[in-house]
Amino acid sequence: MTTLLAFDWILLIEKLILIAIIVFASLGIALYTTFAERKVAAILQDRPGPNRAGPFGLFQPFADGLKLIMKEEIIPNTANKVLFILGPGLAMTAALMTCAVIPWSTSVEFFGRKIDLQIADINIGILYIFGVVSLGVYGIMIGGWASNNKFSLMAALRGASQAISYELAMGLSLIAVLMLSGSLSLKAIVEQQQAPGNLWNIAYQPLGFIIFFICALAECNRTPFDLPEAENELNFGYHQEYSSMKLGFYLFSEYINMIMSSAVMACLFFGGYDIPFFDESTLSPNIAALLGFLALFTKIIIFIFVFMWIRWTIPRFRYDQLMNLGWKRLIPLALFNMLLTGAIILWKQG
Amino acid sequence: MSTIQILFFFLSVLAIFSAIMVLISKNPVHSVLWLIAVFFAISGHYILLNAQFLAIVNLIVYAGAIMVLFLFVIMLMNLNADSEPRKHQWMKIAGVISGGCFLMVLISLVRQTIEITGKTALVKEGNIGLIKNLGKVLFSDFVVPFEISSVLFLSAMVGAVVIGKKD
Repeated sequence: MTTLLAFDWILLIEKLILIAIIVFASLGIALYTTFAERKVAAILQDRPGPNRAGPFGLFQPFADGLKLIMKEEIIPNTANKVLFILGPGLAMTAALMTCAVIPWSTSVEFFGRKIDLQIADINIGILYIFGVVSLGVYGIMIGGWASNNKFSLMAALRGASQAISYELAMGLSLIAVLMLSGSLSLKAIVEQQQAPGNLWNIAYQPLGFIIFFICALAECNRTPFDLPEAENELNFGYHQEYSSMKLGFYLFSEYINMIMSSAVMACLFFGGYDIPFFDESTLSPNIAALLGFLALFTKIIIFIFVFMWIRWTIPRFRYDQLMNLGWKRLIPLALFNMLLTGAIILWKQG
Repeated sequence: MSTIQILFFFLSVLAIFSAIMVLISKNPVHSVLWLIAVFFAISGHYILLNAQFLAIVNLIVYAGAIMVLFLFVIMLMNLNADSEPRKHQWMKIAGVISGGCFLMVLISLVRQTIEITGKTALVKEGNIGLIKNLGKVLFSDFVVPFEISSVLFLSAMVGAVVIGKKD
């Protein structure tokens, strides 16, 4: 570490490629998540859904994207220009930053080099995710304030206070998982669930998972917690003044958040890239990594489907109901879960 | 220059520049945003010192929670440059003098408590900042101050609820 040259340059290139792949893959998947959302809505509402652009309407997301880009871009006269542009950028950045600590699969081997399919296995993985989530609030607040519109500002406050409130319960429900795993690294948590004789964390932490899931819904601004963008009754949201691709960025970052929180939930509670009832160690590393990634991907898709299912089934809460649920139900429940887990761990240790 | 030195200078310049921008920004919302940039730079320094837990907690607590509340308050107060009363000249001078005194006290305090000369910071080594070691120290050697400060937090929370409660 004494000189610049002692640096492992191949590692840097490898990581850059990995980052590029993961970011572009997330964007691509998010693109098709918007399509899936419309299709799922259509199925649940018994109608065909988008089916004009390309076979089965598969080109619809590109058409939507093109439409957003080609639309006229309006920046309000009284808006704070710099912050108005910074807002959607921050929302998008915060959404994409989460992917850095998610273990996408086991390591693969190329040309005798072992490549971890995780950008950074830091020993504070979960806290990092929390840090990024708490920064996501700024995209909402800055966008809402910079629009210089009191309805946007109100919606931004609404959104930010919702995010802060549910972050608390989320953190408390995670502490129980951390007590079980004894590590903050997501990779270590996944490997622990994968180890023979261990069940997935959902078996030990069903209550914790339910709390975490509800909070994830709230953090992603999904129904029934989509008050920040309640377009019918609360006059749209913090992105009211936004048009064109800036609006697209806000809406798109929501989908990326959804993918990332699904990935985090899969890693924390559902064994990550673990394939159930199957011992991966008998396979060659590359095939095991591929299968592991497919397993994680399947779990993510199932979660995203559940997110959508809920969206098209349940109406949204009223704002006071939302705050009551967060502060008076979820936080005490999460504290109880934490105490219970701690007591059981102590009892088992004897 | 090694990678660490480059990072150190980059982060230091970023921290100082952002800190100056906090002071000279006309718009209070901009000041808050620059202050967030300062916290990021300081967290970068923590990471250089291998104190990852401190780094991320600094971000979560300060940048993620406290600054959001700052923003709340400032956005709701709707401070405008023209509606703000101009402070008197003497007030500004008094502020500079008292701030300078405070800085002097801080510097002398740091100089007296530890012998700094000839010492270098442990960069990339030393693991007291890692969560495992920090937790052990907090819950063994410093358990009494730790618990007392948690009681303090609890009383602050109760106080906030009492003040915020409508009757």
